[in-house]
Amino acid sequence: MTKQIIKMTVNGEVQEVIAEPRELLIYVLREKLGMTGPHVGCETSHCGACTVDIDGKSVKSCTMFAAQAQGAEITTIEGLGSPDALHVLQESFKEHHGLQCGYCTPGMITRAHRLLEENPDPTEEDVRIGMAGNICRCTGYQNIVKSILSAAAEMNASKEAAQ
Amino acid sequence: MKDEVTRDERVANLKGLGCSRKRVEDARFTQGKGNYIDDISLPGMLHGDFVRSPYAHARIKSINIDAAMALDGVTAVLTAKDLEPLSLHWMPTLAGDKQMVLADGKVLFQGQEVAFVVARDRYIAADAVELVEVEYEELPVVVDPFKALESDVVLREDLEGQTEGAHGPRKHHNHIFTWEVGEEEATNAVIDDADVVAEETMYYHRTHPCPLEPCGSVASMDKVNGKLTLYGTFQAPHVVRTVASLLSGIEEHNIRVVSPDIGGGFGNKVGVYPGYICSIVASIVTGVPVKWVEDRMENLMSTAFARDYWMTGKISATKEGKITGLHCHVTADHGAFDACADPTKYPAGFMNICTGSYDIPTAYLAVDGVYTNKAPGGVSYRCSFRVTEAVYFIERMIEVLAIELDMDPAELRRINFIKKEQFPYQSALGWEYDSGDYHTAWDKALKAVDYAGLRAEQAERVAAFKRGETRTLMGIGLSFFTEIVGAGPVKNCDILGMGMFDSCEIRIHPTGSAIARLGTISQGQGHATTFAQILASEIGIPADSITIEEGDTDTAPYGLGTYGSRSTPVAGAATAMAGRKIRAKAQMIAAYLLEVHDDDVEFDVDRFVVKGAPERFKTMGEIAYAAYNQAIPGIEPGLEAVSYYDPPNMTYPFGAYVCVMDIDVDTGVTDIRRFYALDDCGTRINPMVIEGQIHGGLTEALAVAMGQEIAYDDMGNVKTATLMDFFLPTAWEVPNYETDHTVTPSPHHPIGAKGVGESPHVGGVPCFSNAVQDAFRPFGLRHTNMPHDHWRIWQAANSLGLHD
Amino acid sequence: MIPSQFEYHRPADMAGALAVLAEHGDDARVLAGGHSLIPMMKLRMADVPHLIDLQDIEALKGIKIAGGQITIGAMTTQHELIADTALHAAAPIIREASLQIADPQVRYMGTIGGNVANGDPGNDMPGLMQCLDAQFTLEGAEGKRTVPARDFYEAAYMTERDDEEILTQISFAVQQGGYAYEKQKRKIGDYATAACAVSITKENGTVTAASVAMTNLSDTPVFSEAANAVLVGTSCDTADIKAAVAAALEDIDPTEDNRGPVAFKKHVAGIIIKRAIERAASRA
Repeated sequence: MTKQIIKMTVNGEVQEVIAEPRELLIYVLREKLGMTGPHVGCETSHCGACTVDIDGKSVKSCTMFAAQAQGAEITTIEGLGSPDALHVLQESFKEHHGLQCGYCTPGMITRAHRLLEENPDPTEEDVRIGMAGNICRCTGYQNIVKSILSAAAEMNASKEAAQ
Repeated sequence: MKDEVTRDERVANLKGLGCSRKRVEDARFTQGKGNYIDDISLPGMLHGDFVRSPYAHARIKSINIDAAMALDGVTAVLTAKDLEPLSLHWMPTLAGDKQMVLADGKVLFQGQEVAFVVARDRYIAADAVELVEVEYEELPVVVDPFKALESDVVLREDLEGQTEGAHGPRKHHNHIFTWEVGEEEATNAVIDDADVVAEETMYYHRTHPCPLEPCGSVASMDKVNGKLTLYGTFQAPHVVRTVASLLSGIEEHNIRVVSPDIGGGFGNKVGVYPGYICSIVASIVTGVPVKWVEDRMENLMSTAFARDYWMTGKISATKEGKITGLHCHVTADHGAFDACADPTKYPAGFMNICTGSYDIPTAYLAVDGVYTNKAPGGVSYRCSFRVTEAVYFIERMIEVLAIELDMDPAELRRINFIKKEQFPYQSALGWEYDSGDYHTAWDKALKAVDYAGLRAEQAERVAAFKRGETRTLMGIGLSFFTEIVGAGPVKNCDILGMGMFDSCEIRIHPTGSAIARLGTISQGQGHATTFAQILASEIGIPADSITIEEGDTDTAPYGLGTYGSRSTPVAGAATAMAGRKIRAKAQMIAAYLLEVHDDDVEFDVDRFVVKGAPERFKTMGEIAYAAYNQAIPGIEPGLEAVSYYDPPNMTYPFGAYVCVMDIDVDTGVTDIRRFYALDDCGTRINPMVIEGQIHGGLTEALAVAMGQEIAYDDMGNVKTATLMDFFLPTAWEVPNYETDHTVTPSPHHPIGAKGVGESPHVGGVPCFSNAVQDAFRPFGLRHTNMPHDHWRIWQAANSLGLHD
Repeated sequence: MIPSQFEYHRPADMAGALAVLAEHGDDARVLAGGHSLIPMMKLRMADVPHLIDLQDIEALKGIKIAGGQITIGAMTTQHELIADTALHAAAPIIREASLQIADPQVRYMGTIGGNVANGDPGNDMPGLMQCLDAQFTLEGAEGKRTVPARDFYEAAYMTERDDEEILTQISFAVQQGGYAYEKQKRKIGDYATAACAVSITKENGTVTAASVAMTNLSDTPVFSEAANAVLVGTSCDTADIKAAVAAALEDIDPTEDNRGPVAFKKHVAGIIIKRAIERAASRA
């Protein structure tokens, strides 16, 4: 089948990959672009381990062909912070024990990032329903919710301080 | 400067035992820099994929691989015929049975591995799978273990005529073993003579550990050097190396097994699966690395399930409620092959802990293992071997007995608990419980939730329901559990002949930092954080200056791995013991440096001080340096130690849980209003990590109790093979948990720790289930089986006439 | 789970999309959000030699409210439906129902057009659209035509849409009165065990219009004329609701699945319908 060149911006860098139409975005990101942060968990769009941010939307990249992302702007966990300057959410998950095996964590944090962009001051219920597309088998979510609420508070506090 | 630092500050600086040290693993995981099996990519690596059986029971008439082999990019298609010359078409299971690696003449469950396709990439491999033509002749399917024992259909033709199994005589061609513990006649006599007897049959349904990361392996056979490297999702990498060596004939020193980061295990990654073997064979055949990673459907359909126990109990008591005897019979559905992961001598794991937390003088247990046309397995899903089943059984029997006695179930538990002064306690079914203080824990729990207040509220609710003012009932779920973890003493615990010790090897570097390697492997438990804490307190070097490494058999000492909450009880003990060896040598070095006798110095947090003269001391940093740069008479240079720890006994963590649940009688919808969990895991190493383990274990318990199952239809088709139907709760379905604790240290463990990861699952399942059952107790319910999904709850209500 | 090979088409406009459809007929399928189709392709249960991605077609996007009529482009996502405040003011039941579909990620991708067009009895939008008496616009080589949602569904995955047509927009009147979307499901991401959309208009305490439609209780969505007839002209008291529920239950034909047996589903359906009517009436 016709391979095509797919041009997309991933974590701020323009990337071009050659892919068959059936290649799933998750595998292109992981295997052709080396972004192994997002993971494959269920393959039927239930678990959210493969969540990446595409044009301002949280998307399960196992249920999207790379071809659909032609021209898109994509952020993965690798684009959220750097070793020297972690994202507030990354710090907060560490601080509040919001992860155990770490397999769901990249998708979880990437989704939480978009949730807080849309709703900077969520209630616990907002967080629980807003994170309902991401499954964690280890934590029981209590500390994930705590991590996200704490990150929101911290981001709001620094916004206020900046004003 | 030394003078300015207080002793408390020195203790804090260690980040040792008892502190909520933040996890060192999290930096890489939060940045997406974990290294899981599917992240491993080696030059020239090929991808393997399975042709699987669509039938639960069928004879294979023919397999034609021509079309698949003709596809561009396909390197090999392996079938049983290809594996037979290597004697790898079957493999031994951990339970003394054997299992097909690739279907040999017939298939015995849906999803069974029939052929292994090796191709350039995962896309071509998937296409080639479709092109392998398999001709099947369907055979009668047996999915019910009771029918299996009466059926003329022979599932395991390879065992035909074998009347003796790995665990004694077989009664029928579909029977695997009978395992008996305790005194049958004495128990029957006690029950026959009792004032009160309660009987119940319960089904603990089949489910699956379903870690978020599925199973997989990457095998790389280096033919130049004759070395095999095997990366994989292994909870027991050293055992995998031994098994791989025994099966392949490659000498063990030429095999390196590596468990990279593991995305959750929960028992699913203890066993050895056909995919691992096929990736090895394929790499040997092709001479390049071969990766196999299963998808979620394959995970749920073919890798090891958990539970599937039909349990029938009789419990007897005096009129006052003092329990006198317990009889338990289990029909255990093992599927097509007995691939349970239990210590060799325990074909039903530690099911004989089923007397629970109670002083039951006489008891008897018998377990019959049975073959059916279902996937093999029987692993311990977030529990020590079959302990979830045992605890569920006794905690349900207690509730049923309370109904029979018309007694409050909390009080019935209280009057039957093993008393504090009875420890160490010898149970009727053969265990020596090391320690416990059940009454204190129970009283604390009941007080914390205002148990009397809850019962009063429930009574009001029942009255309101009867008046037609509400359609919502309230259930109060109780459970008190005793786990048995830390397998185990080599004298009675082994896996494939390997004694279940564990190990730790420590090297102190000249500048006072250290590396410790263990025979276990973390799958999310945070070993790199917590084992460093044990060591910090033992050797006085800050946890932040200690690297913990696990999972590489070329570097780590031999150990039996991580499952059954054994890491802290066994490897944690090895860590403390190795640390004590370091400290003993450090003491001699310190004495030499301080020019006093060995006995005149003592350890104090992070240093050795001269007794009675605390201003004269040598820090561990100074001692480490001296170990490498001074010639000390009679002492070898360097500062290293290793310990292989054979535990004298298991440890027995316990806990008291209470769940308050509202149930919509009309729809079966439940709402967990409150969940209180008190855990006693002995000495607490890292309270933050303990709490995280409890949240997680309770959530897996919620899943199992409330909806998670592997269900089959009569044709042996798996009805729950994707996450649409297999219940993994999201943040939306899970409540906040209240955690609490008491501390009863293990008397035989070097630091008194008992293990905690599985307690919440073991105690949680009966607690959630009891909440459902308790809600309907006032309307005459004795028992209804899990999982308590909407329709089954509705059905229970319906059978009680609550919808009329 | 790897799909078979296919050709990918990404037309810029409707003419382009229709041309590909015309050329490949049965061998072509349109792709909206993909969260129903792509899993089926990955499981190799859907064979799609030609996939037509509609995402670039501007004409299929957007929500317009004018002249008492709401028009929603087929490629409008559930997330956009939830976020649109004008739509919420004009038809609040849309947000209430959309929030009960799948999970946030799926709602960013899942479209109203895909949800109504694919004919899956588990989808929530078809029943809702029947409740609202929506009109579906279908466009093919022969031009455009409009089919009422209430006439669109024939059987599971079988609809009035011809293979060479594309469902382009959905329109319905600005809503008056009370509404409710009630759904029981096992968990997030599940289809309904039973779900019901209700719209009720009252004047001076009397029901002047009622619309009851149900999801996943037959092989198509079920619009219950009988239940509506029972309610109109009543004050919607307990007995009226009971009669309406009884009428609605006559119209359903659930099948046993992992959610439970038929008797359970019928019973739960009765409860869900009742709750939906009660809530809608309380808002009317």
